[in-house]
Amino acid sequence: MFLIHCPYCGEREQSEFKAGGEAHIVRPKQPTELSDDQWAEYLFMRKNIKGVQFERWVHTHGCRKWFNMVRDTSNDEIKATYKMGEKPPTK
Amino acid sequence: MTNNLRVKSSKFIDETYKISFKFNNKTYYGYKGDTLASALLANGIHLVGRSFKYHRPRGIMTAGSEEPNAIIQLHINTSRTEPNVRATEIEIYEGLEASSQNCWPSVNFDIGGINNFLSPVLPAGFYYKTFMWPASFWEKYEYFIRKSAGLGKSPTEPDPDMYEHRYIHCDVLVIGAGISGIIAAKTSAKNGFKTLLLDEKPYLGGSTIHQNSEHFKINNQISSSWLEKEIHEIKKIDNLEIKTRTSVAAFHGYNFLLARENLTDHLPLHQRDKKIRHRLLKIRAKKVICATGSLERPLIFDNNDRPGILLSSAIEKYSNLFGVACGQKNVLFTNNDSAYETAISLFQKGINVEAIIDNREEVDSKLIKEIEKNNIKIYKGYTVNDTFGYRKINKISIMQLSKDGQKVVGSKISIDCDCLGMSGGWTPAVHLFTQSGGKLKFRDDDQVFIPDKYPSDQISIGSCNGEFTLDEILTGISKRLKDFLNIKKTDYENLEIQSHFNKTKRNIWLLPSDKIIGKTKPFVDYQNDATAKDIKLALREGFRSIEHVKRYTTTGMGTDQGKLGNMHALGIISETAGSRMGELGTTTFRPPYTPLTFGTIVGRNVGEYFDVFRKTPIHDWHVDNKAKFENVGQWKRAWFYPKENESMHEAVQRESKAARDSAGILDASTLGKIDIQGTDASEFLNRVYTNAWSKLAIGKCRYGLMLNEDGMVYDDGVTTRLDENHYIMTTTTGGAATVLGKLEDYLQTEWPELDVYLTSVTDHYATISVCGPNSKKIISKVIPNLDLSDKKFPHMSFKNTKIDKVKCRVMRISFTGEQSYEINVQANYGKSVWDKCMQAGKEFNITPYGTETMHLLRAEKGFIIVGQDTDATMTPIDLQMGWIVSKKKYDFIGKRSLYRSDTIREDRKQLIGLITENPKEVLEEGAQIVLDASKSPVEMLGHVTSSYYSPNLKKSIALGVVKGGKNMMGQKLIIPMENKQINVTVTDPVFLDKENKRLNA
Repeated sequence: MFLIHCPYCGEREQSEFKAGGEAHIVRPKQPTELSDDQWAEYLFMRKNIKGVQFERWVHTHGCRKWFNMVRDTSNDEIKATYKMGEKPPTK
Repeated sequence: MTNNLRVKSSKFIDETYKISFKFNNKTYYGYKGDTLASALLANGIHLVGRSFKYHRPRGIMTAGSEEPNAIIQLHINTSRTEPNVRATEIEIYEGLEASSQNCWPSVNFDIGGINNFLSPVLPAGFYYKTFMWPASFWEKYEYFIRKSAGLGKSPTEPDPDMYEHRYIHCDVLVIGAGISGIIAAKTSAKNGFKTLLLDEKPYLGGSTIHQNSEHFKINNQISSSWLEKEIHEIKKIDNLEIKTRTSVAAFHGYNFLLARENLTDHLPLHQRDKKIRHRLLKIRAKKVICATGSLERPLIFDNNDRPGILLSSAIEKYSNLFGVACGQKNVLFTNNDSAYETAISLFQKGINVEAIIDNREEVDSKLIKEIEKNNIKIYKGYTVNDTFGYRKINKISIMQLSKDGQKVVGSKISIDCDCLGMSGGWTPAVHLFTQSGGKLKFRDDDQVFIPDKYPSDQISIGSCNGEFTLDEILTGISKRLKDFLNIKKTDYENLEIQSHFNKTKRNIWLLPSDKIIGKTKPFVDYQNDATAKDIKLALREGFRSIEHVKRYTTTGMGTDQGKLGNMHALGIISETAGSRMGELGTTTFRPPYTPLTFGTIVGRNVGEYFDVFRKTPIHDWHVDNKAKFENVGQWKRAWFYPKENESMHEAVQRESKAARDSAGILDASTLGKIDIQGTDASEFLNRVYTNAWSKLAIGKCRYGLMLNEDGMVYDDGVTTRLDENHYIMTTTTGGAATVLGKLEDYLQTEWPELDVYLTSVTDHYATISVCGPNSKKIISKVIPNLDLSDKKFPHMSFKNTKIDKVKCRVMRISFTGEQSYEINVQANYGKSVWDKCMQAGKEFNITPYGTETMHLLRAEKGFIIVGQDTDATMTPIDLQMGWIVSKKKYDFIGKRSLYRSDTIREDRKQLIGLITENPKEVLEEGAQIVLDASKSPVEMLGHVTSSYYSPNLKKSIALGVVKGGKNMMGQKLIIPMENKQINVTVTDPVFLDKENKRLNA
């Protein structure tokens, strides 16, 4: 089980959190303007990387805040966590 | 048997404390400090079990947790019985009763022993090959195979013991309290690190603590004396917690480990009451030091499994720790210097050693010289080629090895013996290291796998790192600890070490025999009866992957997980297949390292705590009134209230009729309630529901449907506008938590600019729903001051009011189609308001009804239940609820998906009503719906989602989903059942009161 650094609460055990899929996918501002293909791209298409991935997590059994995480899916190393709306770390 | 097998007193056992115990119904005696194995050996008993497949007699082989043979059943036929307990680990206590497993009628005469003679027809993969044809017979075969398979019996009564879990956080965890572990723990703790030291044995000091040889000295003291002083010192260190009888089961990523602390298994039964038996430790360590030691390897030769054949180190341990001689005519068989240590140790205690057989031809060391000085015959360059004696070894035959070690040469020599110790060198115990994700490397010199790449902040020290001798262990330990702990100095620099151990080894994985391999039984995995012959057969049949060979031959798949034989299996495979050991890799070591009981794993989560449930504030009333309950999520909900001998059907019919004829009352407290406040609350609701909310007047209620972004119905419920910027939303009982989570997700991530606050208030209110034509009269009695006229308090509106002095909210909303009132009151007043309603309704025969009647009543009205009539593939259009989807709103969750090419298909499954030709015939929920059952394959059009007998309509009604159902009104369809076909007609899903007259009746 990982230890996750919640940007609001600090380090907590993984069982307090829930994963929420790929991060930095913005809901289109004007969905009605989109073609079926463009909407499907937003709705269904997600990366499943072996390696460094940007993910959404929520501290369900804690502060209930959503935040982002950079995680290496091949060894579960968490490289960084940061608040929603913040820019992902560059390194 | 005689007591002269107790050769010398040992400080590890208390000879003034005699303990009686039973083994296979016979009473024996041992001393406090004995393990079951040492006590049996002291009584001259080697034969303790039968092997799994061939039922060969098997004896105690080791003195530790790696034991493959001496696995016994404790306290058979009692609630405390436990199978597969290793006799080498269990400490004896007054009243201990143990019995052999896998034998009938007795361990000395076992009918299954016939398998031993049938062994030529029971090769590797026998079951796979034999019982495959014809495939349909498998069920019959399985019955007999299962009967004869399996070791031990599981208990049939509830476990009387208590278990618990404990979380531990520490700076440094040291696993193993041998000489390396003690040094590491002391160094860590003395440098201020919060340290935890664990060992599976009841004592500290590992194998060094019982060594008493002049040949191994530290700072001019015998190694065991030196270590004793260290142990004495560490017990005084404050920030060091020491736990013995504690076995680490699993080493997960991020330095998270599970260990089992055994607290009462060594106590007499009467002292165990009300004590915790095992404690599961969940450990988070910043740094981990593995000092897990090493396991001695057996040697693989023909008939190497007879009782009386032990590991050489085990013989030494039994004599040094327990003062027990395993035999009176001992022979040792080795390929390295370890057996000479054993010989010297036995010799010092006056235990007779007949001879030593050494694979090595030319070898010399101080240890060997001492043996020779004592006139013990050493056969150099020899191997044991066979052993004799059925229930116990009585003779061995030895032959000379050829130069290349592949053949035996010369003539056989017979040696009488009653105990044979074997030493094939040492295997580092890297199990935990690899569990954590560590990668191994192979060291060719002495053919061992040692840790290479560490996946987390951890190191391996001592013999689990391939440092086997005292000088190897102690020379580098100081520097490694300094680097790892980032400290400047340790107490262990410049130790003066004397260690006389010749490190040469002649490793031959499978020792040659004068017989062809097919005629021999060189066991590799003792517990699963896998021989070298089986492994070679698997390779001949084309298996190459080590994981496949393992499963085909079952090597390493017993309760001991092949701790002894896995290396030999690898060696034999690599030799036969002509590959290098390092390239083959190893089989995966999986947790637990030693078996855990289920009790340890579940801890306190048993009985009512196994799966905790939620009760409404009115729960006790339902119990008192004989309600049957239904699980909805974690909730217990009243399902129906049978009177006297009523069946469920009869109760539900009565309740349903009463609710429409006069009055019914329902505990709806489990509905999810979310309090929504903020200046953007209306805008927020606009975005999450399909319909419009901005114009909802204060004091009004509205039904809403919530979609997922894919357009599928997610949840529904009534939301009430309490004030300009204040709403209360109700959700389905099961959806409450996920709906809140979804709303929070959108608020935080997509629309952080909205000024909205969400609070779950589900548990804060009790909700009591009174419905039926007389509901108005009942409520007017309960709340006399409230104007209930349709004008002042119309359907879909709410009032703040008081019952006596208690504030409450009353909503006039209906899930039954009847006029009905929902009272929401602070949870702790729920029961008293319920009582008031019951009292006021008495004259109207107010009838409490449960979830089943609620479902029936709403089905009469064609109201959906999300999750029953929908399954995450239904859009509002599919549900014929297009009226609730706003055309004007620019956007809401799921809107764009409602006109994707797939969601606008005409032939999607759509919600319809079904009426059976025979009004008494009630359909089965889930039944398939077809148009024509005669054509094969039959096309499935849909299925029944809800079905009831309606007492109010006096006929069977059902809801279902059918492809293109919207345009099929009046269509005749068929429900094919196992032995009949039911004719149905498609109708509108609203069966009762289409005009909604009853709402204002």
